[in-house]
Amino acid sequence: MNIIVCIKQVPDTTEVRIDPETNTLIRSGVQCIINPFDMYAIEEGLRLKDKFEARVTVITMGPPQAEEALREAISLGADEAILVSDRLFAGSDTWATSYTLSKAIQKIKDYSLVICGKQAIDGDTAQVGPGISAHLDIPQITYVKKIEEMCFNSTENGERSESRATHSRDSYIKAERMTEEGYEIIESPLPCLITVVKEINEPRLPSLKGKMKAKSAGIKKWEAKDLDVDPDLIGLNGSPTKVVKIFTPPPRKGGQILQGDPEEVSEKLVDLLKGEIP
Amino acid sequence: MDYLLTEEQIMIRDLARQIATEKIKPVAAKYDIEGIFPWDIVKVMGDSDLFGIYIEEKYGGTGGGVMELVLATEELSKACGGISLSLAATALGTFPIILFGTEEQKHKYLPDLARGKKLAAFALTEAGAGSDAAAVATTAEKKGDYYLLNGTKQWITNGGEAEVYTVVASVDRSKGARGAATFIVEKGTEGFEFGKKEDKMGIRASATSELIFSDCKIPKENLLGREGMGFIVAMKTFDQSRPGVAAQALGIAQGALDLTVQYVKERKQFGKSISSFQGVQFMLADMATEIEAARALIYATARMTDSGAKKISKESAMAKLFASDMAMKVTTDCVQLFGGYGYMRDYPIEKFMRDAKITQIYEGTNQIQRGVIASSLIKEKAA
Amino acid sequence: MCVGVCPFAAIKVVDKKAVIDLDKCTLCGACIEECKFDAIVLTKISPSGIDFSKKIEGHKDVWVFCEQKNAVIQSISYELLGKGRELADLLGVDLCGILLGEGMKDEAKKVIHRGANKVYYVDSPKLKHYQDEPYSKVLVRLIKEYRPEVVLCGATSIGRSLISRVAIGIHAGLTADCTGLDIDREKRLLLQTRPAFGGNIMATIVCPNHWPQMATVRHKVMKEAEVNNHHKGKVIERGFDEEVYSSRTKLLDIVEEIEETVNLTEADIVVSGGRGLQKAENFKLVEDLAKVIGGAVGASRASVDAGWKSYSHQVGQTGKTVCPKIYIACGISGQIQHLVGMQSSDIIVAINKDPHAPIFNVATYGIVGDLFEILPELTEQFKVALKK
Repeated sequence: MNIIVCIKQVPDTTEVRIDPETNTLIRSGVQCIINPFDMYAIEEGLRLKDKFEARVTVITMGPPQAEEALREAISLGADEAILVSDRLFAGSDTWATSYTLSKAIQKIKDYSLVICGKQAIDGDTAQVGPGISAHLDIPQITYVKKIEEMCFNSTENGERSESRATHSRDSYIKAERMTEEGYEIIESPLPCLITVVKEINEPRLPSLKGKMKAKSAGIKKWEAKDLDVDPDLIGLNGSPTKVVKIFTPPPRKGGQILQGDPEEVSEKLVDLLKGEIP
Repeated sequence: MDYLLTEEQIMIRDLARQIATEKIKPVAAKYDIEGIFPWDIVKVMGDSDLFGIYIEEKYGGTGGGVMELVLATEELSKACGGISLSLAATALGTFPIILFGTEEQKHKYLPDLARGKKLAAFALTEAGAGSDAAAVATTAEKKGDYYLLNGTKQWITNGGEAEVYTVVASVDRSKGARGAATFIVEKGTEGFEFGKKEDKMGIRASATSELIFSDCKIPKENLLGREGMGFIVAMKTFDQSRPGVAAQALGIAQGALDLTVQYVKERKQFGKSISSFQGVQFMLADMATEIEAARALIYATARMTDSGAKKISKESAMAKLFASDMAMKVTTDCVQLFGGYGYMRDYPIEKFMRDAKITQIYEGTNQIQRGVIASSLIKEKAA
Repeated sequence: MCVGVCPFAAIKVVDKKAVIDLDKCTLCGACIEECKFDAIVLTKISPSGIDFSKKIEGHKDVWVFCEQKNAVIQSISYELLGKGRELADLLGVDLCGILLGEGMKDEAKKVIHRGANKVYYVDSPKLKHYQDEPYSKVLVRLIKEYRPEVVLCGATSIGRSLISRVAIGIHAGLTADCTGLDIDREKRLLLQTRPAFGGNIMATIVCPNHWPQMATVRHKVMKEAEVNNHHKGKVIERGFDEEVYSSRTKLLDIVEEIEETVNLTEADIVVSGGRGLQKAENFKLVEDLAKVIGGAVGASRASVDAGWKSYSHQVGQTGKTVCPKIYIACGISGQIQHLVGMQSSDIIVAINKDPHAPIFNVATYGIVGDLFEILPELTEQFKVALKK
């Protein structure tokens, strides 16, 4: 069974601060990390690998430095890594990104499951995962907090159909999808795409042997010319959404500090708030 | 300071740091208060291959030595000097096998130890044999194919939790120090029980227990080296492990200093941050300098040990002596700088002081270390 | 300076000139605003730049996808209708609701009462509960047939899964989690403003060449449309072939997990505890206050990581985003990853013993003091004040 995990290298936004004097980002020294939700995706892929003796391929679309993220994934246990990178992809919005990634996945051809993190912490859109499944026209289960069952059977004669993996009718995945009120249990045939939430697992730490393997691992690099992409649908040009303005939000004004001993400040606060409380 | 670490050493250091920050720090206070053995951390370290960093690749390790162990122990100790012992004390119990084991013994025991699947412990100390190690009274009576062990070991780190014990016992008491031998004893062997688990001042997340041997049958294949070599095994083991204890002390001191620098920046008195007072600054400068000096001495000693140098007793004793005395002074001063908060158990700094003390005592008291250094000096001069 | 503003560390200053590393640059444009010398210009790869000349042919009306659960229209829909009405009026077009479900024709009238001129309603037992494929197929059909110019959808677990899939099917631009929506009347475009970078940057986005222009909005960001039972409109019922309602995935069960108190994201009042509480047992102080003032209990990441509260209570970047009327942060320092999850609350109260805690920069009312003394006092006083 082949599993594909889509990851993104992002700046560590938890380390980003606003300079209170200039009201701009203090970004010096900010590390690039694997998007936290993607760590859960990688971990889930690795757990399935342990359980089903599957193969995990990690793929990312990004600038050349995104290779670091792929190596980190290998140090955790991923079998193969692919970097989809080209100047022509720069400026992609979520439509163009999911399009490009879906083309890369189509090139990989043989897969049972695509796992994505719920959202990336820099864009925070949560659109790429479902976008990929739409481009690939495969079913999706979003916000997966637990994979209950997975059954993988290849077709009897192992024939390949078009661009799909060889799955017999009874290959499926059954998962818990998190909702605001609790969760749903959804079953889907394979191949399928899932996006995962933090509740699903506890990501492992890399091992030394893994890190050493990652240092010398070969990373496949695919450019626009290697993929079957329509040049009008990639990069800035292929992005239906365009950014017209970037600005730092007006700082939320700090209010007043209430003074006094615990009894006094409590009295003041209760006075100020009691009208707002039903 | 840049100590020109290799890529692999940096990897080990960074991984240990990651484990210290993400896994150990959140639980350190709780495990200390409740005296909980950190099996969950042991699993994380084992899965990350951290237990094999001083073990050869052919036995399942990653092929490093004392330097790698020092780097990892230092990082882990910054977060908790007690939890780091699960690794450091295992290394202590494993060195006898590495240094004196036969191929069969190494292949039998090292792989599980390298994976963190089993922990090890070194058992020398007894109620009547502390600094006077030669006064060991645990006996090993040879009975053909096996030895019968009788006696009690005291204050053994990882005692009760470890599976593999390297135990020093006397085969022939009339020969004194030359009558001892070291054996590998596995947990669960008939006649091998655990006594009291000690309630300690510090390093409370590590287990310290009595080992009780009553007619414990040990197959002769478990003898390490030869009869009579018992103390040589012990001394050579300590030569290897002293940088590790020193690294533990170093980590504790560094962890304490890091917290203290943060605190003095935040604490305001007389209208300003106390970090602006020269008195405080001088203390910080002295502590940082002592720590760096200890670090340089430990790393140099570790590298020298790994290079295969034959005579390392003096240097390794110096590293242990200096680092542990330094750690006690630094952590005491750190508590002082925290003022009243330093004395309160609700604040994390007092733990560092409690943890530091043991490093001046175990694996050879600092008085013994001084003796080792002095006799080394005198021997050199005589020659 | 531009160097400090670039989120991707792509700018270095060499010989007093800013040099942009094009390998790292993602063309986000954050530096353009910042440069005092106007030295940075974002030239599009396409020679024509953003082409605003394409006229919107035959696309009309503002649509709001009305989310329903258990045949009840969710409040997010009413919030979108409120904003949608504003946008429709600026564009001079109709506001239409889209409702999918079973046996909800009467419910559909509620959408009219909230300002919609029309409701397109599709009824099928297969649409009773949300599923990705049937819903997205129906929505794609409707959009292709009626050609709206704007589609708004809630940024909920349903909305986000649905509309991302739909956007692909109709090749439309989609902007997530908009906090501001406006119309550029001259260009007849939807201006979509949203936070990025954990809320540190705001971006305004347009879709100049693709229609409909689609946006999702989070719960509680917009105000609900007022109820006007006299408002008139049409409910237009549509049906499609069974194939359209088919789904490869199967919904086997729906499990509701009752939160011990008020649902955190729905709550109007949230009282949160952080590292300053020091121990799990001390959360009781937070819970007591929450109970008295009718609030939900939140937790910072530090306290969840320490095991004091379960993850379902976590507020912040990797937790929940809340937008209550009152947010009381107890013993929470206010690091950016927490602020991101609650900074749009109406009133923020911070209680912390450290006067320099960043939380005070965003708090409407701050109390510098010992929460162990203040919380019980506050709880007592509220008890008295609210009983009156």
